[in-house]
Amino acid sequence: MSIYKFFIILFLFTVSLSAFAQKTDVQEPLLFANQQQQERFNKLTEELRCLVCQNQNLADSDAPLAHDLRREVHEMVLAGRTNEQIKEFLVTRYGDFVLYRPPVQKNTYLLWLAPLVLLLIGALILRSSIGKRSALLETDKETKD
Amino acid sequence: MNSRVLPLMAFVLLVALLVVGLKIADRKTQLPSPLINKPAPAFNLPVLGQAGRTMSRESFLGTPYLVNFWASWCVTCRVEHPVITDLARSGALRVIGFNFRDENADALAWLAQFGNPYEVTLVDLDGRISIDFGVYAAPESFLVDPSGVIVFKQLGAMTHDIIETEILPRIASMESGN
Repeated sequence: MSIYKFFIILFLFTVSLSAFAQKTDVQEPLLFANQQQQERFNKLTEELRCLVCQNQNLADSDAPLAHDLRREVHEMVLAGRTNEQIKEFLVTRYGDFVLYRPPVQKNTYLLWLAPLVLLLIGALILRSSIGKRSALLETDKETKD
Repeated sequence: MNSRVLPLMAFVLLVALLVVGLKIADRKTQLPSPLINKPAPAFNLPVLGQAGRTMSRESFLGTPYLVNFWASWCVTCRVEHPVITDLARSGALRVIGFNFRDENADALAWLAQFGNPYEVTLVDLDGRISIDFGVYAAPESFLVDPSGVIVFKQLGAMTHDIIETEILPRIASMESGN
């Protein structure tokens, strides 16, 4: 193979490589003053929803909005704001939906209490059916005796 | 008797739940904004194409206006562009562009290519103001009343239908209220 051919092949190879290269947001790694801040940030972004890809949390999402919201959370953690203040910041802008753990409040009573109510109904049904069966067994015994 | 009716009733209820769930599935991706009936977030942003000039929320008090978040990378913004242009031309209200997470050169090229419907376009380069507005998908539009309160939000492309049914009646009631 001539050196000329070699360079043509090399050129084509590098050109084809660039087809895979995509423009991505180069993000500065987020730095923290201490381990505690880092852990708080990790926990918060796991509990907060990415609004664009609604079934992902902020920690996992690669959407531009998630980048920006992580940046906001990062800054607030560094500024020493409490978890409640940080969540409040996002809820006033995006609503309760941003929280993966819905707060217990007037419009979520049904959500939080329904499992308990269903459990209670189940227990009542169970009790009445057990009562009926044991009553049947009793009468069986009596007729046998 | 009871043991036959109960499962049937449970089944009917379950089907009803499914039907309702399917009916509202489309609306579920559209989140209600907590900013409705609240003052628009404060901002002080540079004006696109006018070096050194900035405008703040206070610059727009006194008249109703539409905040339209757009970007050159946003495909749906091209779809709604003719509608926004019609609305701006009608003179019904001031139409302010908020160009966010974009490059100034790209934004100017976009306006040159499709036409500029905006009275001014403000530049929200790092998207911080868009976060204050709770923007999560472009385009989004906010109708702000003369006292600076957000009264309506449109998520996604603006349509003539939305203008007729949601925007114009609200402007009319603002004017009759004054």
